[in-house]
Amino acid sequence: MTIEELYGIGEEFRNKLGTFRAEIQVCGGGGCLAAGADDLLKNFDSACRQHGLENKVRVVATGCMGLCGAGPLVRVTLNDVMYTRVTPDDVAGIVEDYSRKLKRYKERLLPGDFAFYGKQSPVVLEHMGHIDPWSIEDYIAHSGYEALAKSVTYHNPESVILEIRNSGLRGRGGGGYPTGLKWDIVRRGPAGNKYIVCNADEGDPGSFMDRAMLQGNPHSILEGMAIAGYAVGAQQGYIYVRGEYTRAIECMRHAIEEAERMRLLGNRIFESGFNFHVDLRVGAGAFVCGEETALLRSIEGLRGQPRPRPPFPSQSGLWGKPTVVNNVETIVNVAPIVLRGARWFSGVGTKGSTGTKVIALTGRVNNTGLVEVPMGTTLRTIVEDIGGGIVNDGICKAVQSGGPSGGCIPAKHLDVSYDFDSLSSVGSMMGSGGLVVMDDTTCMVDMACYFMDFCRSESCGKCIPCRVGTVQMHRLLDKIRRGSARESDIETLEELCVMIKDTSLCGLGQSSPNPVISILHYFRKEVEQHVFEHSCPAGVCSFEDADPASIAPPTSSEDISHA
Amino acid sequence: MHEIKTLSIDNVMVSAAEGTTVLDAAREHGIDIPTLCHLDGLEDVGACRLCLVEAEGQNKLLPACVTRVEEGMSVKTHSPRLLKYRRMILELLFSERNHVCSVCGADGHCELQTLARRAGMDHVRFDYLHPALTLDATHERFVLDHNRCILCTRCIRICDDVEGAHTLDTAGRACDTSLVTDMADTWSDARSCTSCGKCLLVCPTGALFEKGSLPSEHHGKEEYLKYIVNAQRKMPWKR
Repeated sequence: MTIEELYGIGEEFRNKLGTFRAEIQVCGGGGCLAAGADDLLKNFDSACRQHGLENKVRVVATGCMGLCGAGPLVRVTLNDVMYTRVTPDDVAGIVEDYSRKLKRYKERLLPGDFAFYGKQSPVVLEHMGHIDPWSIEDYIAHSGYEALAKSVTYHNPESVILEIRNSGLRGRGGGGYPTGLKWDIVRRGPAGNKYIVCNADEGDPGSFMDRAMLQGNPHSILEGMAIAGYAVGAQQGYIYVRGEYTRAIECMRHAIEEAERMRLLGNRIFESGFNFHVDLRVGAGAFVCGEETALLRSIEGLRGQPRPRPPFPSQSGLWGKPTVVNNVETIVNVAPIVLRGARWFSGVGTKGSTGTKVIALTGRVNNTGLVEVPMGTTLRTIVEDIGGGIVNDGICKAVQSGGPSGGCIPAKHLDVSYDFDSLSSVGSMMGSGGLVVMDDTTCMVDMACYFMDFCRSESCGKCIPCRVGTVQMHRLLDKIRRGSARESDIETLEELCVMIKDTSLCGLGQSSPNPVISILHYFRKEVEQHVFEHSCPAGVCSFEDADPASIAPPTSSEDISHA
Repeated sequence: MHEIKTLSIDNVMVSAAEGTTVLDAAREHGIDIPTLCHLDGLEDVGACRLCLVEAEGQNKLLPACVTRVEEGMSVKTHSPRLLKYRRMILELLFSERNHVCSVCGADGHCELQTLARRAGMDHVRFDYLHPALTLDATHERFVLDHNRCILCTRCIRICDDVEGAHTLDTAGRACDTSLVTDMADTWSDARSCTSCGKCLLVCPTGALFEKGSLPSEHHGKEEYLKYIVNAQRKMPWKR
C-alpha cells in the first residue's frame, strides 16, 4: 500500500457511493440496537427492493448518531433529514415518501434546527454515525488512514510528537495528563520493545463513549494507535476492551483483520520501515482494570490489581517496557491533529484544555445521548440547550460528572465551564466524560450510596483503605438512608472520606470518596435532614430502621469516637 | 558503585545508598515505621498502607516500602495525620473479619495485635462486619483460617518467590477476596503444595498454623529470608 493507492481506494469508494441517489442510514449504536435497529435495517432493505430502489438507495447501519434516548434513529442523506423512534410501521412511509417525492413523512421527523446537534462541534465523532463501521473503504473514503500515511511518509517521529505536544491534547480518560509528554517519555526510554495500549475498559456507570467509538468507527482507533506507535517507536499495540462489549469486540476484530489485509497494519506500513501490529485483549468484568497498572497486569495474564506508581507505565509498563497507555478518545483525537495541525486543535476549547470532549449525557434531561462539545462549553448549555432541559419541565438539582470518581455539581454552579480545571475547582472532575443530570426526584444520599456500593464491590481488595473503608462508608450511608444514623456517623463518614482519599493505593480508591465529599459539601442540609428529621426531600428513602422515638434534635456529641 | 544519597527522616540526617527504600533507610537508623505486608526478602506490594510517610513538597503520601531515597528528601514518619491514618487502617482491619484475640492461637504473638497496641487502638469505631467465613483443615498438617486472614499476601509471595510452588493466591475481589490453594481446591487437593510450611512462618496473624501447635509456637527465622532470596536470585558464589 502506498499513499497513492490509499487515495485511489478512497476515490473508488466515493465513486461507488456517487452511484446511489441517497443513503438510508440506520443507527447501529447500543441504544438503537436495543430499541430494534437490527430489524429496521432488514425492513428498509426489503422496502427499498419493493420500490425497485436497491441500486439507487444504499441502506447502511452506521455507528452511534448521538441522540440515544430517541432511538432507533434513521437518517436519509438526500435531504439530510433524521427520524427518531422509528418503528417497523414507519419504514414503508419513509421509503415511499422518498421514492414518490411526496412531501416529507412528518411522523417521526426531527426538526432541522434541533439544538441537540446545533450546539455540538464533532471532531472525534465527526464521521461516526455517517460511515459503515464494518467497511474499511468507507473509512478511507472519509480521509481515513491519511494521517498515518502522511506521518509515516513525510514526518519523522519527533515532529509527530511535537505536533501532539503543541496541540495541548490531554488524556481523555480522566487523568488529563499531556499526551505529547507521555509519548515523549516513552520515545526517550531505553531502546527495545515498546508498547501502545488503548484503554477501552470503560467502566463508569453512565459512560458509553468508548463503546460508541469502538463499534462506530473502529479504524479511527487503529489509525491513532499506529501513529502513536510510529511516534514512540513501538511495534505492538493492544486494545483492552471490557468483555461486556461483545458487539464492539466483534467490530474491532473485524477492523483489525481488514486493516491487516490492506497492509495498513503489519510490516512495512506504507512501504516504510515501520511495522505495527495490534491485538485485542478482552477484560473479564473488573472496573479496576481501567486503572492503567491493573490493566497492564491483566494484559500480561496476571490478576488485575494496581501496583504503586512510580514507576509509571511510560517508564516501565508491559513486561517492564516503556508503554503508552491512552484512552480511546485520546487516540481518536490523534489523526485529526496530524491532518489539521496543532494550531487548529489548540484554537478549539480553552487554554488549559484544548480540543473537544465527548460526553455521555444521561439522567433527567429530555435529550440523552452522546454529545461532543468544545472544552469550555458551560454546563448550562449542555443541560439546557443540548439536553433540552429537564424532563417534565422540572428543575435541575445537580449534575454528576466523572462517574464514581467524580462529584456532584449543584445547579447554582451550572455556569461553570466544562474543562479539566474548572470542574476540579468546583469539587468534581471530568473523568471519562459521564454526565448525569439530576432533578428534585433524586436523593443525594441515595445517589452517594449507589456510587459507594459500586466502589465497594469493584475494589480489587489489595489495599485496606479501599477494600474495607468503602464497605464502612457504604454502611454509614445506608444507615442514613434507613434512618438509623446518628450525628457521629456523619463525622465518621467525613473522616473516612479524607483517609481513603489520602491513603489508597490507586486512583480508584483515592477518588472513591469524591461523590460523598461533594454531597457533604453542597447538600449537607439534605444529609442532616435525613439524620435528624428522618425526612428525604426527594421522597426516595424509606427510613425503615427509624425508631419513631429516635426522632430528636441534634444530640450532644458524647458518643463521638475518639479520633 | 552505588551513589550515596543524604536525606532527612524525622529531622535526622541520614545517608543511604541509591536504590535503598525509605523504609530500609529509616530502620537502619533506628526509626521504626510500622508495616504489615512488607517482609525483608519478599517483593514489596505497597498494599497495607501502614508505612505511608509524608515527604516535603509532595501532596501525596508515599509508601516507604517502595519509595526510593532521593537526595535532599525530607521525610516525616510520625506526623499526627499519619498516626491517625495508621490507627484507622488497623481499626478497619479489625472490623473486617473475626479477629477475636482472646480465642486466637496467635494471641500475644500477633503482628496485627502488636501494631494495634502500639497505635493505642483501644476500640474500633466501625461496625464489625462479622463475615461468615470458613476454615480449611483438610491438609494433613496445616490449617488455613480465613477468619484471621488480613490479606497481606506474604504467604502468597513466599510460596511463589521462594518455594516456587505458587499454591497460594487470592480469588474474588473487594471484601470477598480470599486466599485460595491451587484452583480454589481444598488444601489437601492442592497438588502443587510441597508442604514446606514457609507460609506458616511468615503469617503475621493466626490465619495459618500447624495442627497440634499454636501459631505462637512457630519459630521462623524471618531475618534469614533475605539471605536465602539473595542466594537464590543472585547466586553470589558464581563468577
